[in-house]
Amino acid sequence: MDIRFRNESFTDKLFTIVNAIFITVLFVSVLYPIIYIVSASFSDSQAVVSGEVWLWPVRPSLEGYTAVLDYKMVWTGFKNSVIYTIAGTAVNVLMTVLAAYPLSRKDFYGKNGFMFLFMFTTMFTGGLIPNYLLVRELHMLDTVWSMIIPTALTVWNVIIARTYFQMSIPDELLEAAQLDGCNDFQFVWKIVVRLSGPILAVITLYYAAANWNQYFNAMIYLKSQHMYPLQLVLKDILVKNDVDVAMLSGDPMDAARREALKTLLKYSLIVISTVPLLVVYPFVQKYLVKGVMIGSLKG
Amino acid sequence: MSSVRQPERASHPDRPSPKKIIRAWQLYVLMALPFAYLIIFKYVPMYGAQIAFKNFIVTKGIWGSAWVGLDHFERFIHSYDFTRILGNTLLLSFYNLLAGFPFPILLALGLNYLRSRTYRKAVQMVTYAPHFISIVVIVGIVKELLDPRIGIVNKLLDFFGVAPINFMGEISMFSSIYVWSDVWQHAGFNCIIFIAALAAIDPALHEAAVVDGASKFRRMWHIDLPGIMPMAVILLILNTGHILDVGFEKVLLLQNPINLKASEIIDTYVYKVGLTAQVANYSYSTAIGLFKSVINLALLLAVNKLAQRTKQASLW
Repeated sequence: MDIRFRNESFTDKLFTIVNAIFITVLFVSVLYPIIYIVSASFSDSQAVVSGEVWLWPVRPSLEGYTAVLDYKMVWTGFKNSVIYTIAGTAVNVLMTVLAAYPLSRKDFYGKNGFMFLFMFTTMFTGGLIPNYLLVRELHMLDTVWSMIIPTALTVWNVIIARTYFQMSIPDELLEAAQLDGCNDFQFVWKIVVRLSGPILAVITLYYAAANWNQYFNAMIYLKSQHMYPLQLVLKDILVKNDVDVAMLSGDPMDAARREALKTLLKYSLIVISTVPLLVVYPFVQKYLVKGVMIGSLKG
Repeated sequence: MSSVRQPERASHPDRPSPKKIIRAWQLYVLMALPFAYLIIFKYVPMYGAQIAFKNFIVTKGIWGSAWVGLDHFERFIHSYDFTRILGNTLLLSFYNLLAGFPFPILLALGLNYLRSRTYRKAVQMVTYAPHFISIVVIVGIVKELLDPRIGIVNKLLDFFGVAPINFMGEISMFSSIYVWSDVWQHAGFNCIIFIAALAAIDPALHEAAVVDGASKFRRMWHIDLPGIMPMAVILLILNTGHILDVGFEKVLLLQNPINLKASEIIDTYVYKVGLTAQVANYSYSTAIGLFKSVINLALLLAVNKLAQRTKQASLW
């Protein structure tokens, strides 16, 4: 970006230094809490509560993670979340492509009308209670369907995918394919989907993150504990401080140690529950910018 | 809304013949499922929102329940909670908008002048990441770090000789906790769009400025900042359209009996009246939600007009 490095004037040098300091301050303020949490999760429980941990793990131990391993609710939740996320995201991406492709075609008669129907839902909604009553009427309460169907599609992602299709699939390609006797179904499946890797990666990440992180729908639609997704289990533990002591391993020790272990359990849980996304994230990161850019273009 | 129709204007003259429409029947088949979803899960609830004007009784159904006109709306507007809830919603929203506005821009400008590419990549990588952490975990982190006894923030304060603060137990702290944790989580991700806008600035402008002896600071001030301002203004305008849409899933989790005075917003109130109250009042809750939705819609339409009026391309 810089045009010349050498022969900088004094003010430019000053600017560079001030700028580097400024960025570093922001960098550290985002990074420090993350490092602290990870370090705390790998420390000894007493060290965490007594405030010995500042930056690196103190008296490293896996106590917190063992406690998480023994905490059955967490693993039921984890399993449920994986199921809801995979099934939900598959439905999401399918529905999005199904909606986005016709909307990207110039010769799709009624496109304006459909577009209006989609866009209007981003500006006006029936609200919480009518949605809840609908899900109840459909007998979806407390079923896996309530985690997948009501959020089957996000209009914003449809717009992103549509814009991408418009930009990257040339009309000539469609004409050529049609000459070869390719119908629209085949064209979507064999050509559009295969040419749209980057955008599918981005919307898959968006949907997967939304599904994985979702707690509110689960909270209002699910009653049975064994169906709770991870976030709902986390909510009880992290937010309501509602730890089932019976699920903590070890001797039914003194209250102080139990409290310390509870705290450590929380830090370990924060780390474990965030890992799945952080594993995927670096692979998709380079596409993120593309997704954001397309989202901001006018369609 | 008119912005949505704009791109199609060009294709209007060659309106397809019925034959062409029929030939493209497969497109309608593709659209069938999403269309059904939209009608059932978006438009049916809108239709169901009419219970806001009724006294909805489950056994009687939507049609059987009696009309009561605007009773529920009047009850809400005259209720003791009304001013407080509306005030909290607006305060939280404006605070968030103002605090959240400068950081992505500053971060993008700063990153742009960073010499080391590796460092730049590292900063981007780390600052984008929190965006994907779940709300539950964010609130969990906030509560752990701000804990009056063992939280690191109070440890740091103690280190500097400041008496420990019970952050979650202070009514006045609530909005700041909500807003700054949001800035922490999203500033990095929100700067992506400005980085892209900066990359789109014509390098010739910078070259010319360097020839004229402009310092880096002046270049940033006179070239980069004006270059991304249109984008910033549009985003700001469009965000004001969502002024009543505070991230209520997060507020709900941050609430506790102590900070409720400052943390009760329209959406959390809707949730409580409709779904967790001893006697769930569907109609009243729907009316409050609808009250918000209607204001929101009006704001969004106004704001979209305004965004177009600024002569910069509207976002869609």
